[in-house]
Parts: sequence; structure tokens; C-alpha cells
Amino acid sequence: MKILTGNDLKSGEVVWWDGDHWSKFVNSAADVGDRGDAIIAREEAARRVVSAYIVDGARDENGVRPAHIKERIRALGPTVRMDLSLKPGDPDASNWVI
Amino acid sequence: MYKYDQYDQQMVDVRVKEFRDQVRRRLDGSLTEDQFRPLRLQNGLYLQLHAYMLRVAVPYGTLNSEQMTVLGDIADKYDRGYGHFTTRQNIQYNWIKLEETPDLLAELAGVEMHAIQTSGNCIRNISSDQYAGAAADEIVDPRPYAELLRQWSSFHPEFLTLPRKFKIAVIASETDRAAMKLHDIGIQMVRNEAGKIGARFFVGGGMGRTPMIGPMIRDFVPLDQLITYCEACLRVYNRYGRRDNKYKARIKILVHELGKDEYTRQVEEEFALLMEQGIEPPLAELERIKAMFADPAFETGASDDLDLSDPDFRLWVERNCAQHKQAGYIIATVSLKPVGGIPGDASADQIRLMAQLARDYSFDELRVTHAQNIVFPHVRKADLYTVWKALDEAGLSTANLDGIGDIIACPGLDYCSLANARSIPVAQRISERFGSAEKQAEIGELKLKISGCINACGHHHAGHIGILGVDRKGVENYQLLLGGSEGADTSLGQITGPGFDEDGIVAAVETAANVYLRERNNGERFLDTYRRIGMAPFKEALYD
Repeated sequence: MKILTGNDLKSGEVVWWDGDHWSKFVNSAADVGDRGDAIIAREEAARRVVSAYIVDGARDENGVRPAHIKERIRALGPTVRMDLSLKPGDPDASNWVI
Repeated sequence: MYKYDQYDQQMVDVRVKEFRDQVRRRLDGSLTEDQFRPLRLQNGLYLQLHAYMLRVAVPYGTLNSEQMTVLGDIADKYDRGYGHFTTRQNIQYNWIKLEETPDLLAELAGVEMHAIQTSGNCIRNISSDQYAGAAADEIVDPRPYAELLRQWSSFHPEFLTLPRKFKIAVIASETDRAAMKLHDIGIQMVRNEAGKIGARFFVGGGMGRTPMIGPMIRDFVPLDQLITYCEACLRVYNRYGRRDNKYKARIKILVHELGKDEYTRQVEEEFALLMEQGIEPPLAELERIKAMFADPAFETGASDDLDLSDPDFRLWVERNCAQHKQAGYIIATVSLKPVGGIPGDASADQIRLMAQLARDYSFDELRVTHAQNIVFPHVRKADLYTVWKALDEAGLSTANLDGIGDIIACPGLDYCSLANARSIPVAQRISERFGSAEKQAEIGELKLKISGCINACGHHHAGHIGILGVDRKGVENYQLLLGGSEGADTSLGQITGPGFDEDGIVAAVETAANVYLRERNNGERFLDTYRRIGMAPFKEALYD
């Protein structure tokens, strides 16, 4: 699947396109097929996102997993500060990245 | 230390006001991101892996306690309770909101700080020896010259759009503690045979994709020609440096391709023309600056005695303290490398505590080191135990300076959008593997440096042991380098062979350390042994 990620313009927070809005949870990411560039152009023009780009991912029973480690780290947070990640209470969360 | 005059303050205040308006226009749509990006980068604001990142300049690594306190407060107020001290003697905040950045910059301006020229193809923050003004081996305090260069290079209209970024370091001792020869321009303040102070110029050094040691192009530039000579070096680069390929755009490539002699000839020719134009600031300006770097009011007759009966304190003094030029005083380094910690990170509370200790026990001064530590430059020996106890209670008393646990590591793929692999987890695992004080003492000086990509922010080329993280088909892989050094004996590390995975690189470092322990002669550091026996025994142990 093709998914979109970028940063919220005001806060800089990592966000994922869920089909209607930008979400901070990668599991909400929608498959945009070949519409990625058009969505990015529209959303950046509306100043809802900045530096958006298309990445490969896959959905399985655990949710959406970006293909590359860089986007998996973006999705979770720094693996060395799990207290600042989106899953601060999950001691195994960083294993998902690797 | 240097105090802003009305012009310095006005420039910084005006820039904050200007950037506030630029942010407003970005948020209301008047500016596109393509238009805004260069403006935010000129103010040190990057967009990194997780959020906006702000890099704050710390000129030549020197801070007073008020500035350090504000850096701690900013970590709490605008970030997530911590800051990251960098290999350029700066501090970075990783979780900054664009809409709050103007307020943050205004708070910095209130204590004579800013983030200007911490990004972009301009002359970056001037770095220097963290022991400047305190070191027993310096011929002069290098910071007034660094400050003069800061003033010359700030907003210099000719050098704001260079082919690539430009880094200058200034030192004033034979012991190079600032990796001077690995800068675009390295300046060593020297005394000539006539007893005059001047500047020795090394140009075209650097790390990154194509590491090079800067050759010396002039062994003595008189003080009243310092800025003019720098201007000539930059002019030749600005005119002929490559702009068609960013990977070949640094001055080191120009100096290498022209050859040292031809580059020097062109600089000297330009220098002669510039001398006719009288661009050198009057020496009175240098004297004005020097007056602000006068020695603090050291107590005469202060005792040189230290009670070392506490073994932990003794170890810390032996590892982390250096000789001061003034009897009764000592230079103390606070390691930001606790066992298993994140190199260079400090919490807001730790930052404020170091500020308070500097105010009370180090004549209000601190230094940031390029090895991502903090220095109290002027501690009375009689106060040292009190300082250490306070540091110890705050988790800041790790005794590992220049040891295998004192690892330089860039933020790597945990934070940096350019990185190919994570640096910090590797540093943490190595730090834990060699965590015992006994093991570190047995190994002695071993500088280990880790970069998460070829840009080499972690100075891996200059590590006695260097590690470079690469991306191998989406999987992190780590190359091992041996034999680098950044000191007076600067050398570039050589790759041992095929890379390792994360587990493998930690084991490989241990293997290399064991080869050293097996092969070393009395008194040899890791680097000395490597230089004597060469790569072969290490390769054999690593790969056979």
C-alpha cells in the first residue's frame, strides 16, 4: 500500500493521512493508491501539512507498518526515549521498529 | 566573557522581530514552504524526523550561568524537558513548535543568544578550545580572536550564500582540543620568533563524505591582518568553489583540486588586493574585545591541596579534571555520558544545576565541548569536592573523560532526517558493555565516535575507534574504522572491512579493545598501539 506522511505545519508533529484528515497514528493511514501526489499538493496548499511524502507500507493484523525503518521511527518516536513515544507504556514497542 | 554592545543587541532583536513576521506570514499563507524554508534555516530552525528542531549558537562554546539557566528553562517551556549538546559546541532542541519559535528566540535574545547562522551555506558558529582562558598550555586566550571572527562573519553580506556551509575553529595551544585541522579553516594562535602573537592558517580540512586534514597555508598572519586574510580565503572559495554538486562544494574539495600551492597563491594574491582596501578592523576593536576576556579575579595563594580520600571523587578528579593555569584552581569537565545514557543530552534540571554551580564555583562561566560535555573552567580546588557532590546527586559525576564510555554520537536515525542508521543505541550498548570503572581504567584513553550517516556529525573519521552507520537495503549496518585522531596528531580512521549489524558492531568494538590490551606496550594508548602494529592484527581478530 501507498501511505502519506508529513509534519503538522504549526506543531511539527508527525502525521499520517487517514483518507480524510491527518492523524498522528500510523495505524490510521489509508492506502492512497496513485492519488498521493494530488493529496499532498492540496493539503500543503491548505497549510495543513508540510514536507509530506509517499511511502510504502503494509497492513497486517497488527496494523500499518511502513516499509522503511525511518518511517517506522517517525511513526513511533525515538527508540531511545520511549517515554516520549506514542507508546510510552509498552516496553516492547521499539521492537516493532527494527 | 563578551558582552553585547547596543549594535549586537539591536541586530539580534531586529532579527527576532523579522522572524516573528515571517512565521506569521507562513502561517497565514503569504509565504509558501519553498519561500519560508531558507528563512527558517537562517534562524536555525530545521524540520527533522519528528518535529521542528532548533539549533542555538553557543559562540566558541562559552556560556554564563544566566544563559545556561535560560537554556534549561527553554527545555522545559518549549521542548520536552531536555536539550542536546552538539559536536559544534551548540545546543539543539528536538520538539519545537513553529508557532512558538519567535517567543523562544526572544527569550534567547534577552540573554544575548540566538540561532542565527546555525544552518545554511554561511559561516557557522566559530568553535574553540573548551579550556580557553584556563588551560596551562595555551599561549593566549583564543576567544577574543574567535569573537572578532564572529563579528566579522555575522551577517557578512558576501558570505551568506557560499557554495556550502563553512566552519572555523580557533585554538591557541599545541594540544588541539577543537579538531582544528578538520575544519574549513583552522586557526592556531602562535607566537613567532620575535615574540609577536599571530595566526597560523590551516585551510581545507573537514569530515563528511570526503574527509581531509587541512594543510597549513600560512604559518604566521599578524594580528592586524587576521580578518583580511580570512576574507581572502573565503573570497577565493566563494569565487571558485563548486556550486554544481553539493557533495563537492566544500572548500576542502577546492583546495584539493587546485592543490595547496595554487590555492595559497590565489589567496595571497587576493590578500594583497584586500590589504589595499583597508578592510581590517582597527586593533582597538580587538583590544576592546580582549578586555572582556580578562582573567576573573582569581584568589592569590589559593591552596593546591585536594583531599582525595573519597575514592569515587579521586577517580573523577583523575579522569575529568585538567591542570589550570592558575595555582589553586582546576578545570573540571562534566561528562554527559552516563553509562547507558544518551551522549550530549541533559535534562532541564541538570542544565539549571550546572548553571548554578558555575555561578557559585566557576566565576559564572561554562563551556560546551565538541565532545558533548560541559566544562567548569575555573574551579577553586578547595571547592571541587562540593561541586562534585552536587554533580553526583544529579547523575552528572561519571568519570570517563576521553575514555571508551565518553562516546561522541550524532542524533542518528532516532532524530535526524538525514541519518541512515541509529547512533545512540549503539553508543548506549557500548557504554554499558564497558561500563565498569575498572574496565575503563584498564583501557585508558580511547576516543570512540559514532555517526549515523556519511555527513559525519559524530566525527567518526576522527575516532580512535569510529563507527559509521549505513543503510543496507533498509537494514542498519555499521562500518568500523580504526586509527582516527583529532588532536595535534590528526589522522583519519581507516575502515576495517565489511560492516556489522548492531549486535556485531558492539562485539567488534570489544574485539578491537581486546587486541589493543593484548598488544600494547607500557604507556601506549589505543591509538599508539594501532599506529605501531597497523590494521592487520585487528582485521585478523575481527574477520578470521
